[in-house]
Amino acid sequence: MGKTIAEKIFDAHRVDEPFPDAHVLRLDRVFCHEITTPIAITDLVARGMDRVFDPTKIKAVIDHVTPAKDSKTAEQEKILRDWARRHDIKDFFDVGRNGVCHAIFPEKGFIRPGFTIIMGDSHTCTHGAFGAFAAGTGTTDLEVGILKGVCAFHFPKTIKMVIKGELKPGVFAKDLILFIIKELTVNGATNMIIEFTGPVVDVMSMESRMTLCNMAIEAGGTCGICYPDMTTVDYLWDYIKDEFATREEALKEYSKWVSDDDAEYEQIREFDISDLEPMVTFGYKPDQVKSVAEMNGTKVDQIYIGSCTNGRIEDLRIAASILKGKNISDDVRAIVSPASPDVYAKALKEGLIGIFHDAGFCVTNPTCGACLGMSNGVLADGEVCASTTNRNFNGRMGKGGTVHLMSPATAAASAIAGTITNSNLFEVSAGEEK
Amino acid sequence: MKTFSGKILFLDRSDINTDEIIPAKYLTEITKEVLKPYLLEDLCLEGFSTTDLENKSVIVTRENFGCGSSREHAPWALQVNEINVVIAENFARIFRQNMYNCGMFAIELPKETINYLFKTYGGKDVTMNIDIDKSNILIQSEKKTETIGFKVGEFDSTLVKGGGWVGYADKHY
Repeated sequence: MGKTIAEKIFDAHRVDEPFPDAHVLRLDRVFCHEITTPIAITDLVARGMDRVFDPTKIKAVIDHVTPAKDSKTAEQEKILRDWARRHDIKDFFDVGRNGVCHAIFPEKGFIRPGFTIIMGDSHTCTHGAFGAFAAGTGTTDLEVGILKGVCAFHFPKTIKMVIKGELKPGVFAKDLILFIIKELTVNGATNMIIEFTGPVVDVMSMESRMTLCNMAIEAGGTCGICYPDMTTVDYLWDYIKDEFATREEALKEYSKWVSDDDAEYEQIREFDISDLEPMVTFGYKPDQVKSVAEMNGTKVDQIYIGSCTNGRIEDLRIAASILKGKNISDDVRAIVSPASPDVYAKALKEGLIGIFHDAGFCVTNPTCGACLGMSNGVLADGEVCASTTNRNFNGRMGKGGTVHLMSPATAAASAIAGTITNSNLFEVSAGEEK
Repeated sequence: MKTFSGKILFLDRSDINTDEIIPAKYLTEITKEVLKPYLLEDLCLEGFSTTDLENKSVIVTRENFGCGSSREHAPWALQVNEINVVIAENFARIFRQNMYNCGMFAIELPKETINYLFKTYGGKDVTMNIDIDKSNILIQSEKKTETIGFKVGEFDSTLVKGGGWVGYADKHY
């Protein structure tokens, strides 16, 4: 019997199986941010165990509330900053050099196919886009990860998604993952890994694959995984060119991190998505999904483009292409948060920031921002946000507020209209068919 | 080891997420005790009020409890309210692991048993007592006393008995 990619990663990292179905894995990366790490640090200090297993494998960033908004967040940042300095954690990204963890860490080349990664953040599943096993954990797992470089998991049962066909113009990875979550439900992949495979994924950029894997957790998935291929190698090349003579050699090495044809799956689901339309959530669960056409005309108060799901350069390029030469509706306000300094710099260089500015957007520094209502962009009671983020939970962006999740294209079009609407990228392609 | 007994709070809904258990705006706190008044503040459940939490030590709920964010503030908010047991059809993976990592109980029971508990005891004054060694739950109401068995893995029970994952990991790795 063959093995899935996750089983192969487990086999290569297992240091102990102390009990049935308890796999203790060696960690290649432990990522940290200022919200869930400080309590781990203060607990380690209190226990007299203020140590780190390997400062080169720990990466830390301030991203959720940055710059600090008050004394409490300043204190959280200080605890993380002091700790990073104390333990000589070189890859610590402070104010000005910081961005959303799941955008900046891949950009810095910290992830490799076959890696094991944990972070005290549920969207850590994003990094599976590189053919890695990456899982969100709580603070206790993080604390043990920092101290010992290990974490325990159950056997990696896997759902294989085979995505066939071709996405229509104006339909993106975000629309596809919303559709998949609707199919799986919010509990459908609990305790399981979701493999995203098939011709649609094969032609996707790393950014799009990260969007897919990012929302695996919204179906309950432990990790989303895409197989590494030449797209992965190209993305990583600047960071790996000293390790391999050619890209083909790198691809050959990384190709061991794919599932065998006869691997055993919990489920295999096949979809032809050639007819898929832009999708949007309603209600308070990420599996409450309709087509944008069905939700057309829904009034919104705020637009938010950003986050670990859709704040990358590809996302900003798509949104800006729709906003160019246009103004947002007088009835809405709009915010864009480039997800990292690199995304910001590229957007500036390419003139995208100017387009957002001219259209009437507030451009913020790279941060998690409005996504979880902790710092800027908080909704008032009864307000509605069209958002490229990942959770439409009740109160997520502010008590009494409602969030509709959608792609950057739909968000940009909705900013202009003041209501939820399809982008002209999709409308034009739909029109052509008639 | 923590205490695993007391009065039950029934939450008749599936997919209660960690934003509902403890909203993100309280994640700027760096001590657990401060979370106490905010437990389930944003819960979307008709008829529920946070005053329902008074004197409760066990939560019985439906599917996928604790989905969403990885915040361990959710188990901590339960813990500082002296709720060390949640019983559900199933849990989101991270929440479940966080509970055991803190030496708390996240007990999974079959759908039929959960339905039975809601039907028989929902809205009533009921007490539960978890016996970890016998893997059973003693339920007592005014009119009835019964015992229901549950399954707990060896790893999970070791964490509960040992007070959590940090101590175990420090000793073994």
